[in-house]
Amino acid sequence: MSTTVVDARNLLCPMPVIRAQDAVVKLQPGDTVQVLCTDPGVVHDIPAWCRIHGHEIFKIDEQGHEIVIHICVGTGN
Amino acid sequence: MFAVVPLMSQKPKAVALISGGLDSLLAARVVMEQGVHVEGINFFTGFCVEGHTHAIRKQDRAKPKRNNALWSAEQLGIKLHIIDIIEEYKDVVINPKHGYGANLNPCLDCKIFMVEKAREWVEEHGFDFIITGEVLGQRPMSQRKDTMPVVARDSGARDRLVRPLCAKNLPVTMPEIRGWLDRDKLYGFNGRSRKPQMALAEKFGFEDYAQPAGGCCFLTDKQYAVKLGDLWATRGTREYDLDDIMLLKVGRHLRPRPNFKVIVGREEGENRFLEGYRKRFVHMIPRSHSGPLVLIDGELAAGDIELAARLTARFSQGRDAAQVTIEVKPVDADAHCLDVLPLTADEIPADWYI
Ligand code: SF4
Repeated sequence: MSTTVVDARNLLCPMPVIRAQDAVVKLQPGDTVQVLCTDPGVVHDIPAWCRIHGHEIFKIDEQGHEIVIHICVGTGN
Repeated sequence: MFAVVPLMSQKPKAVALISGGLDSLLAARVVMEQGVHVEGINFFTGFCVEGHTHAIRKQDRAKPKRNNALWSAEQLGIKLHIIDIIEEYKDVVINPKHGYGANLNPCLDCKIFMVEKAREWVEEHGFDFIITGEVLGQRPMSQRKDTMPVVARDSGARDRLVRPLCAKNLPVTMPEIRGWLDRDKLYGFNGRSRKPQMALAEKFGFEDYAQPAGGCCFLTDKQYAVKLGDLWATRGTREYDLDDIMLLKVGRHLRPRPNFKVIVGREEGENRFLEGYRKRFVHMIPRSHSGPLVLIDGELAAGDIELAARLTARFSQGRDAAQVTIEVKPVDADAHCLDVLPLTADEIPADWYI
């Protein structure tokens, strides 16, 4: 199980979704990804992308203007 | 040519270009109804209307925001692959073989390019055909009877490109010949009326779908096209990067001199967004009064700093004051302050506004 950190700060949607997607497709089920973001739109878009691809968001941390989305990679079904 | 031909026992697989609008949502659904496995693909060019300005402007943050392409995929229950084509798309915008539409929108070249990218994706992923939500006669440039075959031909997709909403007005496609799609269950929409699509949406139970007013990208927006044209003309090159085209979506843009323009944040959300560019641009902030962050784009000549500072003061709360202190931060030097007299409204000609 690995944890990958994706820095998507100062990027606007859909770029953070694309960065998260590009990281997730290279990983195995059970691996985790932390996506660092500043665009508030990610709290809707990354979970939506995860729902349709079968990945799980297990935590969203918001500190000031920074948002960290924690994804657990699913089987992709 | 397409490498993979499915065995008879396998479900045929199609990829649908999902823009987030109603037509692509319906087109995908019509094909799904016939038992085809459909996945979505959405191309991000940098000019897409989706997301950006809503994300930047504070006043828009209170409204629930969604990415309509992802929303469409959720409604359909399909996967959506969002693909960054920013770099490759530049050539489409800069050198469109078929020219521009009403503004800087190269719709026909854009459609060809996107279908071509989808064709490459299909070949790489072992899919069988491509679906788009195009409707004959709906758009003046890319959805005409004479240009729709050009998209199919020049993209290399040919008879593997299916437009389910107007298929009955077009030649038979490969999935119909193979019996994967029943032509009778496809549609023959034609023209600019949205009524047939709305009726079909109702039939499928789609509500709350997006209805973008001016097309799917900023290149169709007159104001945006003027700003992009100004950027190209003053730089003497049509090259651009993502930051350039993002910044054109934000703030007021004024060009007081041919050699520089200023970008003035209009509210807190825009100021915060512009702050992300402070390291790349000379910028100014009013210190004696509250006011916007101003980025300066271009090479400044003697006297330009003072002019830009007076302009910055004009957009501050001290616009009527005798003196406003402006902090000036060059890219490679420490910040310093200038005390200036704000420009009056009369001293800002209308043609400074881009
Ligand atoms: S409106 Fe923009 S995205 Fe849509 S076809 Fe035209 S150029 Fe392409």
